Amino acid sequence: MADSLLWLLSLLDSTARLAVPLLLAALAGFYAERAGIIALHLEGKMLAGAFAAAATAAVTGSAWLGLLAAIAASLALAAVHGFASISQRGNQVVSAVAINTVALGLTAVLANAWFQIGGRTPNLPADARFGEVTLPLAQSLSGVPVLGPIYAELVSGHNILVYLAFLLVPATAWVAYRTRLGLRLRAVGENPSAVDTAGINVARLRYQAVLIGGVLCGFAGAYLSTAQGAGFQTNMTAGKGYLALAALILGKWRPVPTLLACLLFAFADALQTRLQGVALPGIGQVPVQLIEALPYILTVLLLAGFVGKAVPPKAIGQPYVKDR
Amino acid sequence: MTTLPLAAAQASPAPFAVELVDIDKRFGPVHANRAVTLRFAPGTIHGLVGENGAGKSTLMSILYGFYQADSGEIRVRGEPARISTPQDAIRLGIGMVHQHFMLVETFTVLENLLLGHEEGPLLGAAKARARGEVEALEKAFGLEVPLDAVVSDLPVGVQQRVEILKALYRGADVLILDEPTAVLSPPEVEQLFRILDRLRAEGRTILLITHKLKEIMAVTDRVSVLRQGAVVAEFDTAQTSQQAIADAMVGKKAVLTLDKAPATPGAPLLSVQGLTVVDGRGVETLSDATFQVRAGEVVGIAGVAGNGQSELLQALAGMLPFNAGRFTLAGTEVAAGSGYDAAKARALGVAHVPEDRLRLAVVKAFPAYQNAVLGWQGDKALGGWKLDWRKVMLKTAELMERFDVRPRAPSLRTSLFSGGNQQKLVMAREIDRNPDVLLVGQPTRGVDIGAIAFIHRQLLALRDAGKAILLVSAELDEIMALSDRILVMCGGRIVGELPAAEATEQRIGSMMAGIAEEPAGEGIRA
Repeated sequence: MADSLLWLLSLLDSTARLAVPLLLAALAGFYAERAGIIALHLEGKMLAGAFAAAATAAVTGSAWLGLLAAIAASLALAAVHGFASISQRGNQVVSAVAINTVALGLTAVLANAWFQIGGRTPNLPADARFGEVTLPLAQSLSGVPVLGPIYAELVSGHNILVYLAFLLVPATAWVAYRTRLGLRLRAVGENPSAVDTAGINVARLRYQAVLIGGVLCGFAGAYLSTAQGAGFQTNMTAGKGYLALAALILGKWRPVPTLLACLLFAFADALQTRLQGVALPGIGQVPVQLIEALPYILTVLLLAGFVGKAVPPKAIGQPYVKDR
Repeated sequence: MTTLPLAAAQASPAPFAVELVDIDKRFGPVHANRAVTLRFAPGTIHGLVGENGAGKSTLMSILYGFYQADSGEIRVRGEPARISTPQDAIRLGIGMVHQHFMLVETFTVLENLLLGHEEGPLLGAAKARARGEVEALEKAFGLEVPLDAVVSDLPVGVQQRVEILKALYRGADVLILDEPTAVLSPPEVEQLFRILDRLRAEGRTILLITHKLKEIMAVTDRVSVLRQGAVVAEFDTAQTSQQAIADAMVGKKAVLTLDKAPATPGAPLLSVQGLTVVDGRGVETLSDATFQVRAGEVVGIAGVAGNGQSELLQALAGMLPFNAGRFTLAGTEVAAGSGYDAAKARALGVAHVPEDRLRLAVVKAFPAYQNAVLGWQGDKALGGWKLDWRKVMLKTAELMERFDVRPRAPSLRTSLFSGGNQQKLVMAREIDRNPDVLLVGQPTRGVDIGAIAFIHRQLLALRDAGKAILLVSAELDEIMALSDRILVMCGGRIVGELPAAEATEQRIGSMMAGIAEEPAGEGIRA
């Protein structure tokens, strides 16, 4: 009984940890896409952020400076995407794919050039990473049945970025639906002409949205390399940026359903590590590759059939040009 | 023809609400506005008319800050004003209701009103305050609008009221309306005019852009006519006539009336039975349409845009699969799911002039001669599968001559022809095939007055040659002028049928709005 509770708690615990980068990136995508800019560049921004964080932390020994560097790197790529999509009215998919490709190549090359250990950064010592935060009373309450372990194992003992990510969900919902900025962002993603005729600068608004996304992807990248992991590895995002975008679509471009979609993907991921090598009743041992593919298969299935009709922001992907 | 408006004649002249002085604007080679000077007196409705491309919309966009004039001056209430963004215009009390509404469809009415006028970073308090202010405005001007409804759920007429309310809420003293009646049913038009009257009574100034002369006569105090970017005439509405305005618009005697002989209908060439179309969302956009079009007859379909007319036309043309029902063409029955398409439609003697000319009828980037055979490119007389371009050129030149397409330049890129001449080219291509049944949608949309009369005469000539014509148009006047019988559509259904002789605007209008005909039927309520 206690064993299975602990097993379940550890499964949920790693679900939470695995959900964080998806969540941060999906929220980044939320701002950009609700403002009408396709956020296919999440992957590249996250990867650049991860590299910048790990490299800076390795050199300075400070996780916080690493975080700042991650935000700066991610913001720079967000600005490029904004410039191409908003100022130059380019094709947003092409811009995003270019950014992702550059980020993938450049981080590997720079890592190799600066640290010369095969496209990685050195392993970070504990004090150059975001450590676990033990919430008050976690120890003293751990004796309480059921609730004690839940609090001690699941709620307490994460790094600060995990708490930040989850708090950003209500914060984003609040910004989107209760503030002037949110009203304008949602409007510019639906009908930029209406925003323009209301006397609001369309380009500036869209830049704001893309740059907010840049900051959030910086957090996501820093989390991967200096909180969840202990250094940068080539292509360490491994498609998480795309998965985050899938979660955003699955969540129909709304904050709370997007959180649920991120948790679902993370749960599948947490489950797959625990299923490896386990013989399932009636099936036998399933090949590792198939189990590892589980989260992705799930994504395809959900997006293909079970979402219902997801209606994207109407003006998404369309550069704003005054007509006539 | 005076140049001074009425108000200036008073002893101590009130300043004009807005003055445009010597406004000049070019877009590349196009001279959109030529030294335009216009003065609008406060508390009046001022009409602005002109053919397509006469520069009305450009002028108003300059006043609203969308474009900057190359030279000239704008004065608001006597003071020189610099208007370089819509925000400047809003601050000066100028509001605009665009032809295509500038509303966020997924937002509620209240959110749309707030957008750009939030007064503070948080919405909660702003919403409460706005609600009070807006309700006061609604009462003052008779503009009832449900504030918490989502815009996409509202009928077009109500959406337009939201636009007017939005401008008023932002403090508009001068209201520009760009073709406001294009999307409205006649009762909605009447309601709009009542609102405009009320605004004028409250001292607001209204600039009305329209091409419908009847509306100019009905509501305006003064009217200015633009032609090729310049003001060519100004009238006090009470002292002029539709004919005089139309003459000024085209620069010569305009033909407004149409000589139409009585129809002599023969056997049915098109019989439609229970035709039904369901769209991708599962909504029935066309329900159970049943009617006939006989030889030598024009049947007009009246209705507010989006009530199933387009679906009907496209289903019959083979552009849209239908889900139930059948129709008979030249003795051949076509049933749902039979793989009927545009090519089969042509083989059965149907020609189609689609509603959306640039999207469905021509390829803009093609030279005229390529568009002149589009859809008939397999014709043996033109060389069959291996087109003989020399023959196509000759054919095009002949069509251009017959249908008065100007300039007569078969090699000119289609996008460089005016809307009216593009349409004449399309009509020429379709009518030249001597179809038994001609399906026509919006034949004169975006077409100049001169070309309208020509196109109408061509349609009647085809009718008199014993062909069947099904006409869909948003212009009620056009339907009434051309049709021998009129079917009225509302909500995807044919809700009424009238012989042309018995059709009045009022009767058709109330059917279009989905109001059952009252026996006494005098007042129209919306």
